[in-house]
Amino acid sequence: MSFPAYHATVPVQSSPLQSVSRASSHGRRPPILERNLVKGRSNEVSLSAYAFLFCEMLSYATKKSSGIQDMEKKLSDFGYRVGIRSLELLVFRDRPNRRDTRLLNTLSFIHTNVWKTLFGRAADSLEKGTDNEDEYMISDNEPNVTKFIAVPKDMNQLSCGAFIGGIVEAVLYGCGFPAKVSAHSTGSDQFPLRTTILMKFDKSVLLREKGFEPR
Amino acid sequence: MLHALLIINKAGGLIYNRDFTDGLAKLTSNEYLVMAGTFHGVHAITSRISPVPGSSGMELLETDTFKIFCFQTLTGVKFLLITDPSQPNADVTTRKVYELYADFVMKNPFYNPEMPIRIDLFDSNVQKLVRQTNAAG
Repeated sequence: MSFPAYHATVPVQSSPLQSVSRASSHGRRPPILERNLVKGRSNEVSLSAYAFLFCEMLSYATKKSSGIQDMEKKLSDFGYRVGIRSLELLVFRDRPNRRDTRLLNTLSFIHTNVWKTLFGRAADSLEKGTDNEDEYMISDNEPNVTKFIAVPKDMNQLSCGAFIGGIVEAVLYGCGFPAKVSAHSTGSDQFPLRTTILMKFDKSVLLREKGFEPR
Repeated sequence: MLHALLIINKAGGLIYNRDFTDGLAKLTSNEYLVMAGTFHGVHAITSRISPVPGSSGMELLETDTFKIFCFQTLTGVKFLLITDPSQPNADVTTRKVYELYADFVMKNPFYNPEMPIRIDLFDSNVQKLVRQTNAAG
């Protein structure tokens, strides 16, 4: 690796990192910028801490927006910023020197790798839309993001999964597959919090995809 | 057998009540409010005026036909469980309810603290817990 000082798991004796890690060795972890980029178990965040943060993000979005659509747009923008950054990190960690050019590979990368990194498990399903060629769906039966959130009856069109939608949109955009992404609550009795992310791909993506197919 | 659950906020207001069994006398919502307010007052008295200093306040009220278990959190919210006199380990159940409250009420951005709890997810999870507890006991 090209930045040995930052990537060394055990700081070298003479490295300036040594003093930092000693100062923070009393049960405290090094600051996030000094941690190894390669994935480890210790990168997990408490779900409760996260839930409270998301809570505040939602209140902020509620306060700053005029209607439900506006609010979903805000949530999706929040997600976009997460997505574009996590893609960078994921590509570095999981698939260096490799880039998918096919749609299905990219979708399964999102369904599996992105989901596993962000939410600790793969999404529950990846389907192709039955009506339209350009639509794909990823569903999660119990998204971590909205695990504790019950949307009140007067706002029942709101889908807090818009945040996840934003993440997916950013990852797709970053991979070169621009798409319109929307999130829908598709709760059933068995999975009341089920959320479906609907991706409608840009024409250019489908045209390129056709070009890959053997004649 | 768990009969009912009441949650009282730190000001003594009733913010949640649910009956779980059919055999209970139907109290009006006003009577529930009075019961919650009275319990809150008595709890405050028992924690202030106690023969032994440092009392936590009343934790159990026992009668011939029912028991009331009370669990007060550090923030002053009280969970009251009305149970059968023979109910064991109700204090464990109150803590489980507290956990559900922390998860599904406090982590819900649409809930205003100190206000009545009207949250479907909390309801269904409490029902599930009560069903499990009643089936086990």
